[in-house]
Amino acid sequence: MSSRVDSSESSYIRAVNQALDDALGADSRVVIYGEDVAIPNGPFGATKGLHDKYGDRVFDTPISESAMIGAALGAAMGGLRPIVEIMYADFLMVAMDQIVNQIANTRYVSEGRLGAPLVIRTQQGSTPGSCAQHSQSLEAMFAHVPGLQIAVPATPQDAYGILRDAASSDDPVMVFESRRLYPTKGAVATGSGLGRVGQADVVRSGTDVTIVTWGTVRAWAEEAADHVSESGISCEVLDLRWISPWDRDAVVESVSKTGHLLVAHEAGRVGGFGAEILSSVVEELGPGLKGARRIGSDPVPMPSSPILSAAVLPSVDRLVAGIHSLLKENVA
Amino acid sequence: MTAPPSLEDLYLRMLQIRLIEEELLRAVQDGRVTGSTHLCIGQEAIPVGTCAALGPNDPVVATYRGHGWALSRGVPAEELLAEVFGRDSDLNGGRAGSAYLSGPQYGFYGENSIVGAGVPIALGLAMACNRLGGNRIPVVSIGDGAMNQGNVHESLNMASVLNIPLIVVVENNGYVEMTPSATLTAVPAAARAAAYSIIAMEVDGNDPLAVAATVSDAREAALQKSAPVLVEAHTRRLGGHYSGDAQQYRPAGELEGWRATDPLTLARSQLTSEAAARCEQQAEGAVSAALALAEGMPTPNVEEVMTHVFSG
Ligand SMILES: Cc1ncc(C[n+]2csc(CCOP(=O)(O)OP(=O)(O)O)c2C)c(N)n1
Repeated sequence: MSSRVDSSESSYIRAVNQALDDALGADSRVVIYGEDVAIPNGPFGATKGLHDKYGDRVFDTPISESAMIGAALGAAMGGLRPIVEIMYADFLMVAMDQIVNQIANTRYVSEGRLGAPLVIRTQQGSTPGSCAQHSQSLEAMFAHVPGLQIAVPATPQDAYGILRDAASSDDPVMVFESRRLYPTKGAVATGSGLGRVGQADVVRSGTDVTIVTWGTVRAWAEEAADHVSESGISCEVLDLRWISPWDRDAVVESVSKTGHLLVAHEAGRVGGFGAEILSSVVEELGPGLKGARRIGSDPVPMPSSPILSAAVLPSVDRLVAGIHSLLKENVA
Repeated sequence: MTAPPSLEDLYLRMLQIRLIEEELLRAVQDGRVTGSTHLCIGQEAIPVGTCAALGPNDPVVATYRGHGWALSRGVPAEELLAEVFGRDSDLNGGRAGSAYLSGPQYGFYGENSIVGAGVPIALGLAMACNRLGGNRIPVVSIGDGAMNQGNVHESLNMASVLNIPLIVVVENNGYVEMTPSATLTAVPAAARAAAYSIIAMEVDGNDPLAVAATVSDAREAALQKSAPVLVEAHTRRLGGHYSGDAQQYRPAGELEGWRATDPLTLARSQLTSEAAARCEQQAEGAVSAALALAEGMPTPNVEEVMTHVFSG
């Protein structure tokens, strides 16, 4: 692995592009394929320039998600390290069998004789005007399945580092990027991954409330934390970065300090991964947990009209209200 | 089909779709539409010709590129525009938007933003029509790229073995998003249908009269033989895959060349200038009236955002 180079400002999507480039450069077994990823340079530009640079290791496929993902499993069994792009997470649903019944089971059921070192990269979430079939945040659905590693990067640095870690993992990783975050910028150190699958990022430390979040909501959580700090409330913000495996220790440690937990994600609140986190903290801390809240999208298909989608999605306002109600309840 | 439609009427219908979609493209660019939209510019002859050949109650299922299908099946222009504008339209109240709208009260059973997904749904509609009677034959439109989805093939085979009358219209517009169709598909759609023992027809998808005649034959065959029919309509997408598509993948000069077979240009050249002018005046008037109505519609009521997840 090459050494870290200087940090530079990069957009999230550019960081993904760099990670793919470096993964191809680092390991000749890596191949990248998907719809419009090669000659057209990727629907969102994630694969820009890679076909030119690496030739037929980067190639376009028909619109056949089931074959694309199933073939990734076979290719991984056969000695390649495929990275498949699925344009929208919603389209993963077309290939559920290959992911849930095939990829996830491979290592366990073969007693480790077979493995599935592959990466499924996709992007997800609602942007104003996107329809119900191009808006969903689906990570929790896959976190339910043993055998899949699930990452949800929120910053350019994490987009880079997590993808490098995913590409060198010996087990399958699904990386849920965020379309909304693609243009956002930040410093990115390149050269290697973050080095620990499943490790949370302590975005800021605080004493009153722990906010556990990931993906698009990370930035909103920071804004909400700024906002409530004006009323003297100190928030600790944890970006999980991975929900399978997830950093239970970091969350429990933080909540044992603050006593209050707010979990916030864009994905649906009902049956969301926030519920798993809350339950785990209850099990660990019992009465040490003084109060908890979950924030996620309301249980309704995502409407297209921006005025309607805004009403059901999490927001900075919803987070601020959640923090206040959490502390008020505790005082009362 | 009773009497063949007149070219003047088909031209008028195509022109209305064109004007509406050109307006929508401007609306995306100036922010009246939030998000993106997939236009059927260059492909209007297919929905217009097809719907001219359908029975009054034949259900239609389309894709995200479905404005032309919705309008051709009878969805009022102002309702469609309002839905795309995210307003409280009588179609879906702003919930569906450009790429997923439906109007079953008009026989339009919906667009779909998952490639290929409309085909099994149309198969089911066809089963219902077959069982419940009423002389209805569903039509589903897909792009040529959708022919590479497994569920499309499962549905074709199933329709064939179950003898279900259904018309599958494959709009071969030269591209699958940003990739030329021919590089992704081993065998054309019509040939693949034959592999399932499905009657296959091909037609110039830029000629609305030819489309109407072919679909009329297809409908007749589906009814007579109680069987699915696949119609591959050859056309050209005269714009981006979606409204924000810079189309850098197009070879220089391609679009200009393709414009020579623009279905509107072709149809217009066969009409008298008086007839063409009549259509143009009528279409412009109808579209600006629809636009005014749509822009006057209220925004959706946020209080009701949680309704209709279930019945009752
Ligand atoms: C299952 C699925 N995969 C991918 C996409 C993204 N996508 C939308 S349209 C499209 C191309 C479809 O091409 P074609 O079927 O030829 O229809 P056209 O767009 O040309 O009308 C793709 C890949 C999708 N919507 N659904």
